[in-house]
Amino acid sequence: MLKSLHIDPGKCTLCMQCEMACSYENEGLFNPAKSRIKVFDFHDRFVPYTCTQCAEAWCMSACPVDAISVDHATGAKVVSDDLCVGCKVCTIACPFGTVNYNHDTGKVIKCDLCGGQPACAEACPTGAIAYVDSDWTGYDKMRRWAGKTDSGAAQAHA
Amino acid sequence: MGWTRKVLRVNLSKGTCASEPLNMEWAQKYLGQRGLASRYLVEEVNPKVDPLSPDNKMFFATGPLTGTAASTGGRYSVITKGALTNAIACSNSGGYFGAELKMAGWDMVIVEGKAKKPVYLLIQDDKAEVRPADHLWGKSVWETDALLKSEHHEPQMRISAIGRAGESGVMYACIVNDLHRAAGRSGVGAVMGSKNLKALAVRGTQGVKVHDFPKFMQAVTAGKKVLAANAVTGQGLPAYGTQVLMNVINETGALPTRNHRDVQFEGAGRISAEAMREKRVTDGKANLVRNQACFGCTIACGRISQIDKTHFTVANNPKYWGAQGGLEYEAAWALGAATGVADLEALTYANYLCNEQGMDPITFGTTVGAAMELFEMGVLTTKETGGVELKFGSAEALTKLAEVTGMGEGFGKEIGLGSKRLTEKYGHPELSMSVKGQEFPAYDGRGIQGIGLAYATSNRGACHLRGYTIASEILGIPEKTDPLVSAGKAGLVKAFQDATAAVDSSGLCVFTTFAWTLDDIAPQIDGACEGGWTAARLLEMGERIWNMERRFNLDAGFTAKDDTLPKRLLKEAAKTGPAKGKVNDLGKMLPEYYKLRGWSPEGVPTNETVTRLAL
Amino acid sequence: MRYVLIGAGPAGVVAAETLRKADPGGDILLLGDEPEPPYSRMALPYFLVGTIDEAGTYLRKSETHYDDLGITFRHARAVRIDPAGKTVALEGGESVAYDRLMIATGSRTQRPPIPGIDLPGVHPCWTLADSREIVRRAAPDSRVVLMGAGFIGCIVLESLIKRGVKPTVVEMADRMVPRMMNAAAGGLIKKWCATKGIEVLTSTKVTAIEDTGEARDPLRVLLDRGAPLRAALVVVATGVRPNIAFLEGSGIETDFGIRVDSHLKSSVDDVYAAGDVAQGPDFMGGWSVHAIQPTAVEHGRIAALNMADGNASYQGSLAMNVLDTAGLVSSSFGQWQGVESGESVERMDEARFRYTRLEFDGERLVGAICLGRTDQIGMLRGLIQSRVRLGDWKARLMEDPQRISEAYVASTHK
Repeated sequence: MLKSLHIDPGKCTLCMQCEMACSYENEGLFNPAKSRIKVFDFHDRFVPYTCTQCAEAWCMSACPVDAISVDHATGAKVVSDDLCVGCKVCTIACPFGTVNYNHDTGKVIKCDLCGGQPACAEACPTGAIAYVDSDWTGYDKMRRWAGKTDSGAAQAHA
Repeated sequence: MGWTRKVLRVNLSKGTCASEPLNMEWAQKYLGQRGLASRYLVEEVNPKVDPLSPDNKMFFATGPLTGTAASTGGRYSVITKGALTNAIACSNSGGYFGAELKMAGWDMVIVEGKAKKPVYLLIQDDKAEVRPADHLWGKSVWETDALLKSEHHEPQMRISAIGRAGESGVMYACIVNDLHRAAGRSGVGAVMGSKNLKALAVRGTQGVKVHDFPKFMQAVTAGKKVLAANAVTGQGLPAYGTQVLMNVINETGALPTRNHRDVQFEGAGRISAEAMREKRVTDGKANLVRNQACFGCTIACGRISQIDKTHFTVANNPKYWGAQGGLEYEAAWALGAATGVADLEALTYANYLCNEQGMDPITFGTTVGAAMELFEMGVLTTKETGGVELKFGSAEALTKLAEVTGMGEGFGKEIGLGSKRLTEKYGHPELSMSVKGQEFPAYDGRGIQGIGLAYATSNRGACHLRGYTIASEILGIPEKTDPLVSAGKAGLVKAFQDATAAVDSSGLCVFTTFAWTLDDIAPQIDGACEGGWTAARLLEMGERIWNMERRFNLDAGFTAKDDTLPKRLLKEAAKTGPAKGKVNDLGKMLPEYYKLRGWSPEGVPTNETVTRLAL
Repeated sequence: MRYVLIGAGPAGVVAAETLRKADPGGDILLLGDEPEPPYSRMALPYFLVGTIDEAGTYLRKSETHYDDLGITFRHARAVRIDPAGKTVALEGGESVAYDRLMIATGSRTQRPPIPGIDLPGVHPCWTLADSREIVRRAAPDSRVVLMGAGFIGCIVLESLIKRGVKPTVVEMADRMVPRMMNAAAGGLIKKWCATKGIEVLTSTKVTAIEDTGEARDPLRVLLDRGAPLRAALVVVATGVRPNIAFLEGSGIETDFGIRVDSHLKSSVDDVYAAGDVAQGPDFMGGWSVHAIQPTAVEHGRIAALNMADGNASYQGSLAMNVLDTAGLVSSSFGQWQGVESGESVERMDEARFRYTRLEFDGERLVGAICLGRTDQIGMLRGLIQSRVRLGDWKARLMEDPQRISEAYVASTHK
């Protein structure tokens, strides 16, 4: 069964260990500015936030050069640095804002679930970020939001 | 690495910013943050300088682990000559600002001179600029934070600022970053205000590298496991915060109450961690909203609170009815027990004001306590206090004084002097519960003997964080010693002081040492920094730092006579509790301490000590 | 079922792939009138710079992609459609039959009617063939005049600079990127260009182009004001129009583009349209041609689902663009011009080239412009298109419009 990141803001303390683990895993240094997961601070609530690997995959379909593909082992939508030209269309197409442009490399970056061992979940000290079986997650909420943005809703197939 | 090897030198008189290489020879001897910045201070600042003159300098310093994945690796310190104390000051803060400064590529910012008009320092990665702050002057820390983020289109910018207290010369003004984390003690914010420097606004996107990533990550992961498994750092602090101590210390008979007249507070239970978690009758909610970590911290002892909507403090002031930085133990004690106020919501409100206008709640609360004693003695009257009935236990008096002191208005100006200057002014210097001008924190030296010695010898004036013997004397870390016994405490104090100086130079939080020893910390530093770092080397470095600070103070004019405690702790015995009948045995402990330190009977490091430590 | 798709751009290719999924047994013919495999015009600027080779522009990287999916791809140009006979006439006389037809012929560049517009060295930048020619002529240090500072002009500009040419931009309108940026933002982009040593002449028209016959920078570009410019190359980027001329007489209703309903169906049965050529429902309840990549793929997908007897309805396209002008990233979304009786807020930091403008209709965000920001800008689309009520966050955004991401997460993750 595919796994996904399960995020429980109630447990998050805003320690940023996830952002550091993410940037270390992907960029080789500690740099929250380059993290693919972001924690939002609402003073009384802290919300870790990253790509849900949504089925709609606006980023993937909007990519003009086929640089984003599905990793079938994890279900993650993965950017190929070799193919990405840095046009940034995916960054505006993704209504969650979870694909972002990296000025240093001229390419986009997004969560790829670290190939099945998400560093953010491993680094989280409180279990606010966990990597669990997909049907167990509270992602449905985010996916409902995905539905509201979907430009092609109601696809009842005859 | 670990270090960015870059120092930003800012001259406010000239309005210039320049980058210079970090002195790596010193970095190998003093590591970073407290030790390294103090080395710069000793080199560059005349110990006799008036702290509020343009010749004083400020050092905003990170450690090599700041901005890394090491648990609690987000600290920075402000080193300067303290306005409150005239001694070397080093105030350590968490939050996110320190890591941001490091991410921008700077180990340290040195601030020199004085700006002609209010300014702030803008740092965006390599770029730094002194900019006019006329529009920010007169604003609170919170307003300044919002204005700077908006103005610079940087919601993720981190800001360290002074509030009205720092602008108006409150002697214990602090520097607040991330809304409610503070470089709190010794009046570093007053120094900043004297330079017309309102804020540092930083955005850093360059990231932090360490010397040996695999080695570092291994040590960091091991360290995090130790913290998680430890009862204090893994359970007590996240659930209750430092406030877990309120009832414990009260039962020990070492909770200074009403300006240290008593050592137990009948209202302790009502202002404790347990009280913060209790559901209120009025709205069914607890004062405590949740805990919050600082950057990188896997302990997360910080408190976020919300005041009861019906409480008088917010009823007419709804702006303060929102989740904000809540009470830590020291603040709850100083605003509560030291003043005899057992109203949790009032203390929370006063604490907000301390954060909002940037003042140290310990010195503020204890100064209010001293003023209350003067008021009860009839030395102060409503004529001086602007009509405030300054009685022990009065929540109205406490909150009113927090308002006027934070704004630098009326009788707040007098409270803003701190207890030493205030009690001297009114002819009762013996009522200032302070050492070297800085007020005690929340442990009574009669009920806990070792901490009395730690206060008397602390290089920045009375302070629990220079040598937290409470860990041993109360919590049994690393081993239990009897708080009522003074024998053996000189060695304990020295060991804590030296180890703490090392931790304070690393970028880590001293709270980790509830669980970590230097053996847990050394491998993390060794992974981050080249040069081969062992626990033994760190301990020796801590001792070197302690002696360097001591020599600065001696050169500033302090003598062994200043290594003392107020008469109340030495002569007036504790009235209740386990320590009933006890005073502090400083006279016995101090000579032994000097000897262990390798100091002369006059408290001066001997030539041998100086040579041994390569000072 | 036999599906014919005219046009092998993103809309056509996505439609073909969607059809294959929805109708595994269907017969799919994809027609493209250029000699290369289906490629992306969006990628051409990066080909110009040399970041990628020609193959890097291809929409699908596997050489056997279409074969693998059982999609027949043919290089052929449609010249006429006969809806009654359900056939498409191809250049060369052949004709192909369809059961369901999709027109995804995209758009083509407009050439302004001025003397010299057909001279050698005067080129649009629209096809791979154009790009090869530009690469050949845009030698380092040569002078290049760029006619038009719209989206395409700006994106080509970026590539030209990276090639080391000395560009001058001539734009008729009073600002850069007039169809995607307001005056403040367009002005800031122009100022940015100035700091990069790029001359931008706004409110200026090219009146004629002459060949001087000289070896170096042989073209002389005459302007309606100011001195003529010399150039080795003139790149024409003065706008594009839907490719609908070949539909004349077919009975398929056209306006600016092909009028389609919310199912992407044209006025004629079994004929659909998608992408730049389609004038479909837009997000604000009108009918627009939104010649952008995301709209093209959404059109392609939804039209294909309906062609395969599905029932997918399109909620409407949202105008959105992201542009990198010599390193300054700008983006705009939705009703960035604002709506009647709406409210707006903006923040400008000229020194650091940052600008944010938000347009509200009541409690909802309806449009936005950002300069100098790339983080989480997709959330602007999310906020606009999900029509979320911002509640308290409206006031906070009016106070500080930079807090977009916080507003988004707070409003959508309660």
